[in-house]
Amino acid sequence: MAELSKATNTRPVNEVRKKKSFIKSNIHGWLFASPWIIGFLAFFAFPLIASIYFSFTTYSILKPGDFVGVQNYKELMQDDLFWKSIYNTIYFTIFYVPLSIIFGVALAMMLNMKVKGMAIYRTIFFLPTLVPHVALAVLWMWLLNPGFGLINGMLEIIGIQGPNWLGSETWSKPSLVLMSLWGIGQAVIIYLAGLGDIPNELYEAAEVDGANWWQKTRNVTIPLLTPVIFFNLVMGAIGAFQQFTLPYTMTQGQGTPANSLTFYVMYLYDNAFKYFQMGYASAMAWILFIIIMSLTAVIFITSNRWVHYQGK
Amino acid sequence: MNPKTKKKVTKTIAHVFLIIASFFFIIPFIWMVSTSLKPLTQVFTYPPEWIPNPFQWKNYLDAMEYIPFFTYLNNTVIITLVSTLGVVISCPLVAYSFAKLEWKGRNVFFFITIAVMMIPGQVTMIPLFLIFNKLGWVGTPLPLIVPAFFGVPFYIFLLRQFFLGLPDDLRDAAKIDGAGEFRIYWQILLPLAKPAVLAVGLFQFMGSWTDFIGPLLYLTNETQYTLSLGLQQFQTQMGTEWGLMMAVSTMMTLPIIILFFFLQKTFIQGITFSGIK
Repeated sequence: MAELSKATNTRPVNEVRKKKSFIKSNIHGWLFASPWIIGFLAFFAFPLIASIYFSFTTYSILKPGDFVGVQNYKELMQDDLFWKSIYNTIYFTIFYVPLSIIFGVALAMMLNMKVKGMAIYRTIFFLPTLVPHVALAVLWMWLLNPGFGLINGMLEIIGIQGPNWLGSETWSKPSLVLMSLWGIGQAVIIYLAGLGDIPNELYEAAEVDGANWWQKTRNVTIPLLTPVIFFNLVMGAIGAFQQFTLPYTMTQGQGTPANSLTFYVMYLYDNAFKYFQMGYASAMAWILFIIIMSLTAVIFITSNRWVHYQGK
Repeated sequence: MNPKTKKKVTKTIAHVFLIIASFFFIIPFIWMVSTSLKPLTQVFTYPPEWIPNPFQWKNYLDAMEYIPFFTYLNNTVIITLVSTLGVVISCPLVAYSFAKLEWKGRNVFFFITIAVMMIPGQVTMIPLFLIFNKLGWVGTPLPLIVPAFFGVPFYIFLLRQFFLGLPDDLRDAAKIDGAGEFRIYWQILLPLAKPAVLAVGLFQFMGSWTDFIGPLLYLTNETQYTLSLGLQQFQTQMGTEWGLMMAVSTMMTLPIIILFFFLQKTFIQGITFSGIK
């Protein structure tokens, strides 16, 4: 009898304790996350909403500006340089992103073979990420110089007359793709980390089945690396759409020759901080946001087909 | 072929490819160092001369006089160190909350955090500039430092993945011993997450050290410039002071290369994707 009452008594006590600890952990959760909650509201949510509003005004730092409805968007549709900058940006993204994934994965796989001198190789591949962009831009201007640059010099040895690279409308963007590929070190590091997460047993099992190198790559490495490829694809596409520092410093903000290096964000930056057309620039920012969001959505939707998660 | 020779062959092939790739990655860097030691007349000789003759160490001294090097260095170091400190304090705290604590709205807010990673910086750039302008922060390094103390989505994401991989038993055991949430975090889980914290710290350090657009926007006063802005001053209407510019670039790059070389193993361990879902 005594035992029974004891048993019935403990239940409510337990529940109260559970509830208490639930509230407690709730509070702790919020407390631990609070810096970011504040940061999110102050540095992301509020500016995001404010920029929608600005995009419907003629706001500039100098003048408060008027509400003009969709006027900015209408004007953009008629702005040739706007379209040109979109074309340049898409061109760059289409070439840069796939190439960066192919080279990034290939380099990471080679590094992952546990060859001697790994530390040195890794540092070398990471080097370009550490060089300040302004110096990087100037370095490449020299390498790609049609007269005395190293690249045309090497092409000449094998009998090819090199193009005018950065001075030519046709070659300026490919030059930039090349220069940007030089900076894939950070992606390589992330791929390397992903490769490290693939359990060794899978390779051993494949070896027992007599799989060769190519079969292992195709059926083990690549499928298991897809979540990381997916991550780098999304981040790479976003980054490519935001290309700024390299072309900006290289052309001193001019986008020369013939605006062939005027990228979307460069034009946005000029509108905002050179001409102080904050409203116009905000409209550009929102169009960019919508483009990036749709692109990300497309990548996400297709990801079901090609991204494999471990343990699923 | 027996497996041993086969392995040897594969590794040799890998080495060959790696060396070719390294060549592509290191050439511009070597040229940077070499130019930093050349007199202006030697920079554009053709075919290029790789070894400066004579070594003009004077470039380094001249560069430090051409721009107020130590002022810029000082500014860069302060911004980099303080913002790295901010990230290292705030991000693990938030990531821990996402990974190990249970609270209402956690998953929704984590999803929002991932979505925020996809917002191009340019969308928020203008309103942020206006906010900082209102606060009177434009022309000071504060806009480059303060946000770091409130978390960066990419870092929070990386750290969360790492915390997810740490066993819950430790937490439970410490709880039975009566440790408070903060103590559990500070004394048990945070020390275990050291590689990830280091990775995040290094990402921030490198990003901040070479950042261009941030200082370009917010540092209006020349006495507050960072080195990456200072580099631009070697490019003038009259031409570029190649040797001096590369001398400063070399001085900027070397410390981080050394840092990376020694920390890389922990750095890579700190990045984990096994928990993405």
